[in-house]
Amino acid sequence: MSSHALSFLVLAALATGTALAVVLHRNPVRSALYLVAHMLVLAALFLKLSAQFMAAVQVVIYAGAIMVLFLFTIMLLNLGAGEIERKRFSVGFISAVVIALVLAITILGGAVWHRGLMQIATPVRDLRMGGTAEAVGFALYDPELPWLFAFELTSVILLVAAVGAVVLAGRRR
Amino acid sequence: MQPPVDHYLFLSALLFCIGVAGVVTRRNPIVVLMCIELMLNAANLGFLALGHHLAKMAGQMYAIFVMAVAAGEVGIGLAIIVALFRTRETIDVDEVTELRL
Amino acid sequence: MTGALVQLRTAGLVWAIPCLPLLGFLAWTFTGGRLLKLFGEKTGKRIVGGLATALVLASFVLSILVLLDLLGHEPERRRSVVPLLPFVGDVPWISVDTVQVYFRGLVDPLSMLMCLIVTGVGGLIHLYATGYMAHDKDYPRFFAYFNLFIFAMLTLVLAESILLMFVGWEGVGLCSYLLISFWYEDMDNAKAGNKAFIVNRVGDLGFALGIMAILATFGTFSFHTADGKGFLDLASQKLTANGALTAGTASLIAALLFIGACGKSAQFPLHIWLPDAMAGPTPVSALIHAATMVTAGVVMVSRMSVLFVQAPAVMTAVAVVGLFTAIFAATIALTQTDIKKVLAYSTVSQLGFMFLGCGAGAFAAGMFHVTTHAFFKALLFLGAGSVIHSLNGEQDMRRMGGLARYVRGTYWTMIAGWAAISGFPGLAGFWSKDAILGFAAGVSGIGMALYVVGTITAFITGLYMTRLIAATFWSSPRFDEQATHPHESPPSMLFPLGVLALLSIVGGLVGTPWANRVEHFLETSLPSASLFAPHEGVPVVAGLVIGGLVAVVAMAAGAMLYGSRRAIESESRNAFAVGARHLWYVDSAATATFVRGGGRFATILWKAVDQGIVDRLVNAVAFVAGLLSEIGRGLQTGYVRVYLTTMLAGLVVMLLWAFMLAGAK
Repeated sequence: MSSHALSFLVLAALATGTALAVVLHRNPVRSALYLVAHMLVLAALFLKLSAQFMAAVQVVIYAGAIMVLFLFTIMLLNLGAGEIERKRFSVGFISAVVIALVLAITILGGAVWHRGLMQIATPVRDLRMGGTAEAVGFALYDPELPWLFAFELTSVILLVAAVGAVVLAGRRR
Repeated sequence: MQPPVDHYLFLSALLFCIGVAGVVTRRNPIVVLMCIELMLNAANLGFLALGHHLAKMAGQMYAIFVMAVAAGEVGIGLAIIVALFRTRETIDVDEVTELRL
Repeated sequence: MTGALVQLRTAGLVWAIPCLPLLGFLAWTFTGGRLLKLFGEKTGKRIVGGLATALVLASFVLSILVLLDLLGHEPERRRSVVPLLPFVGDVPWISVDTVQVYFRGLVDPLSMLMCLIVTGVGGLIHLYATGYMAHDKDYPRFFAYFNLFIFAMLTLVLAESILLMFVGWEGVGLCSYLLISFWYEDMDNAKAGNKAFIVNRVGDLGFALGIMAILATFGTFSFHTADGKGFLDLASQKLTANGALTAGTASLIAALLFIGACGKSAQFPLHIWLPDAMAGPTPVSALIHAATMVTAGVVMVSRMSVLFVQAPAVMTAVAVVGLFTAIFAATIALTQTDIKKVLAYSTVSQLGFMFLGCGAGAFAAGMFHVTTHAFFKALLFLGAGSVIHSLNGEQDMRRMGGLARYVRGTYWTMIAGWAAISGFPGLAGFWSKDAILGFAAGVSGIGMALYVVGTITAFITGLYMTRLIAATFWSSPRFDEQATHPHESPPSMLFPLGVLALLSIVGGLVGTPWANRVEHFLETSLPSASLFAPHEGVPVVAGLVIGGLVAVVAMAAGAMLYGSRRAIESESRNAFAVGARHLWYVDSAATATFVRGGGRFATILWKAVDQGIVDRLVNAVAFVAGLLSEIGRGLQTGYVRVYLTTMLAGLVVMLLWAFMLAGAK
């Protein structure tokens, strides 16, 4: 087995494992920490896909900012109480799991069905292509491509989110 | 040689469905949000895999925006949870049934 | 007669004839009350009543001027069409495809004769009403309606198209309703007005269908047009819009129109409204239910005479129905104790005579009787009103008697009217009745039977009129003379009585068999001799002698039978009398069938259909909606996770579907 295949397998197993841990753990704090781990694993996977910039951003933004926000909220506002014990295999639980499985099968089955996606492309050496920050920058800020406009809009979205968070969570005067 | 795209997509779908299972099953709203993050990350993985496979920059572009929007969404989501559960005794999503008919 | 239309010098005046009374209506409606307040009650009433009468009399003067102008032309050319709208000229009312209807008037002998009667007699009755209604609190409203009626009636007689005539027809029906129910606070008066309007409606249905048939057959509503395409022009040449006029088509149209005439002119079985219409004030009974509105049916039939003469079966029916109604109503009149009811049934009977004349083809005779009847019947009604007025509202003849010495003026004018209607030789009714009976006898086949029954009816007429006069004026009073001081009526009421009495006496002299000016005058409006000519069935002199004898004998017999003081109070027990007293059960039958039956039908529709079916259906729909909502409600559990799960399930379904579709390609 090639090194690529092996590294992929390991990273995939780690990703799945941490994801399951997030879902299954009782304690929300533990779930959050496992989620951080999961994101780091994903960052590694991104590196495998030559998306270096994305990997960096994943670590900085996702693991570094978003998850920290989660943990702050859990701890500072004491919302981390464990869930009350209840029947493990209640109807709701089982039906939820079933549906999730069905969804998985559907997606994957559909993917298998349509193997038209499976052409192999040859990578081309081009400054504008690839996962480097340079390439991402060229693509993102190119005035002829749609991403510039989306970028500007995203800044508005983030502004709205910040204002909204303040309004919603602020104490009533 | 890179593993074929199939594998990445398989992994992405798997992680996505794990996230779905978590969203539907867990009752702590924070955990639900975290599982949503799982789903978003899985989607990002898929975007990037296909972008790499088809040699297009679009994959990374989508992934960037997903990340940005996810950040905003988490902020708002947590604010809502804080506002909603501040005055309640429980932190159970099943207890919030005001929109029942 | 077909002939080109002539231009009248007075064409510009014709519009004013109907529009002056219309102006009066508008004035009294909007300013009547204010005038009374402004000038005080007495003077205000004088102004309103005086002006209302003046307007009608002005129309009378205008009618005379137009008539004189018309007479200036040769008989064959006495027909003209004039616009009826002032200042705006000839504006079309309806203009659709090939059908045009204008606000135009037809000036010819028939219409001008009726204009004179309506405005002349109408004007006299207006004058009478200023006295009769003087103490009524709704004085302006009365004259508003009275003026409106004159307007509508003039529209009816002056119309150039049958559609405009129908407008006038409906208008007089409306005014009849308004005036019968004038004292509407009394429920019985309101009901009488309803009865009149509704029974009329039945006839109007026939009339409307007839109008439609005319349009379908001839393609136009106009009577006469300049290019000879009016439907009367066409019919007199036995033509339709395209092709020949068959007896079948003419019969259909004539039959439908006659149904309308029966409604308006109270022929059996649509006569039941007229006696009830006596609930209205007496001037109303005189004007509308004696002199003018009820004769509208006869006028209409005469106007359409060219159509009728081409439908022999319908003509026979008209004559028979008319005669039957005449004798039917006459027998009832013999048993009534209310003075106005006697006169009402008498009117029904006399109208039957008019239709007898028309059915025999003698339309001129029918119209002659319309004229003379207008004189003496209006006189009789106004006289009765005078009697009622003098006795402070008493209408029952059993509480009258001996009034001859109290109300001299009223008495002698009533004598003139009595003699005229009974057919006393030389007076108005004598000549017109004789003309009708003479031509009736000339109808092929049944002529003699018609003549005999008609003569018997004339005899009964004399009888019941003598009974009325005897009971009211002769012998001695059956009331307390000390308590009610019978007083004579004021001059405003006596003057019209006098004029009408004079007309009743000499008015018939224009229609004697030797110098029948009426027939000659109306020639232009009636079918030409080549189309149809009625002929006398009895020798002229013989007819006159028989008629005169019958009249005199009836009057004498009546005096003997009813002259005694107590005669009016006796009620005969024999079958005929009982039947007649109960109006031959027609009214009760109609009430039981239509009123009560209608009520029952309506109740069924209400309970079984509306409540049972419709309501249940609607409620069922609402119930189903509620049911579906309850089901839908089940989805709104309020649990976030349920919502999520449902969303996912939907997502799965859509994905599967998408894959199916993609796979099928």
